[in-house]
Order: sequence, then structure tokens, then C-alpha cells
Amino acid sequence: MKNFELAKKLDLESLLEIDKDIKVEGVYVGDLLSVVMSKAKADYIWITIQTHINVMAVAELLDISCIIVVENMEVEADTLQKARELGIPIFKSRESAYQVACKLNNMGIK
Amino acid sequence: MVMDSLIKRYSYTITRNDFVTAGKSSSDIKGNLKAIGIDAKTIRKIAIISYEAEMNIVIHSMGGKLHCDIYEEKIVIVCEDEGPGIPDIDKAMTEGFSTAPENVRELGFGAGMGLPNIKRYSDEFKISSSDNGTIIVVTVLI
Repeated sequence: MKNFELAKKLDLESLLEIDKDIKVEGVYVGDLLSVVMSKAKADYIWITIQTHINVMAVAELLDISCIIVVENMEVEADTLQKARELGIPIFKSRESAYQVACKLNNMGIK
Repeated sequence: MVMDSLIKRYSYTITRNDFVTAGKSSSDIKGNLKAIGIDAKTIRKIAIISYEAEMNIVIHSMGGKLHCDIYEEKIVIVCEDEGPGIPDIDKAMTEGFSTAPENVRELGFGAGMGLPNIKRYSDEFKISSSDNGTIIVVTVLI
């Protein structure tokens, strides 16, 4: 799925102007980086409220497909810059992690 | 028995409290392993181990070094810091136990999963600690 399609379906704000195919092997919700590191896998969508630049280090190491920052948290400029460098799409939602996860589930992503 | 000889060592200096570039060494290690054709499953294990080791140095030590040693049949991550050492290793190995300060936890660190994660994804795990520093040697078989 294209990143703009995902944004449209989930009513997300796309924080990067990049055109990318997003592979979705699964979804992980988590804010503790070590737990995410251990549980999330390649081509997973990662839903979090963390916005610090180190989020991008975790995403890169795991080959995360994209990040959805929930609860309308403000994403720091250096985090966006790093996301751009790495080519990892990052989105923002006004909704909760649970609401976004439910929508992904309704889309057939288990 | 033929001794497994060291093919290549990648070394990195890790700076205390540097949360901005933290993860860069692990990312570099990942790129190097990918370039020499290591399989994705092994790369994932090493990425988890090196990231946790790197973050431990950043959060808990005065600074240190991270090495990634490539052998024919194994990859060894060596992590050595300049102290202050771990007073109770058994406690530090307990999932959920953390001494990370509050400001660091707010950024998502300090889950108390660092050392347990390192051990879980390794084939061999050695740790020793004194006031002068902590040394962790982790082996992943290829």
C-alpha cells in the first residue's frame, strides 16, 4: 500500500513528503524502546507516543515500515530530519493507539 | 579442533548521555553485517544486542567502547565501559528492574529490559563488573 493511501484510510497527517510503498507484516504498539526492540519486526507498523530522535534508531535497526505517532504528540524536528534521511514514513494521528490499532484490524491487518 | 580466528573487528566509542547519536554504532554494525551477507535473522539478533549494549553505555556509564568481532562461525559483541560498575548483577538481569533516571524513562528508555534482551538473543553471554567498569561479551553463532 502507498503511504498516502494508508494516511487516507486511517485519517493520518503525513509528516514527510515521500512517496513510498509500505509493506505491512504486522503492527506493534509500544512506547518502551527496549520492549519494542525485542517484539516488533521487519515491515511492521509501529504505533507510539514517543517522538524523540532515538525512535528512528529503533525503527531503522528493526526495518520498521512506518511510524504512527498517536495522541497528536508533537514530533521533534531532528526526528523528522532523521526519518527523511532514512526514508521511513512517519505519520501523526489525533486518535489513541487503541483507536488506530482497531482501524488497522478492520482493514484486515492482524 | 581448529581455532576460530578473528576476521574483522569494528570498534566504536560511545559517549555518556549522548541520546541524539545513540544507535548509530548499532546501525553501522547492521550495515556491515548486511554487506558481508549475514542472514536477516542473525542481523536482527545482533541489532538488538548491540543497541541495548550501546544504550546501556549511554545511560548508565561514564562512556565506553563497543566492538563487533566477526569470525567464520560466530559474531561477538564486546562492550566495555569506564564504570561506575553494576553493584548487583543478578538484580540488573531481572526483567523490569531499572536504575535509569526519570528524565531518561520519559524518552522510552529504562524499561529494565536491556540486559535481559541481550541475554535472550545471545548464544553465549558473559558479564563481569567492578568499580572500574563493566565488560559484556556476547556471542551469536552464525
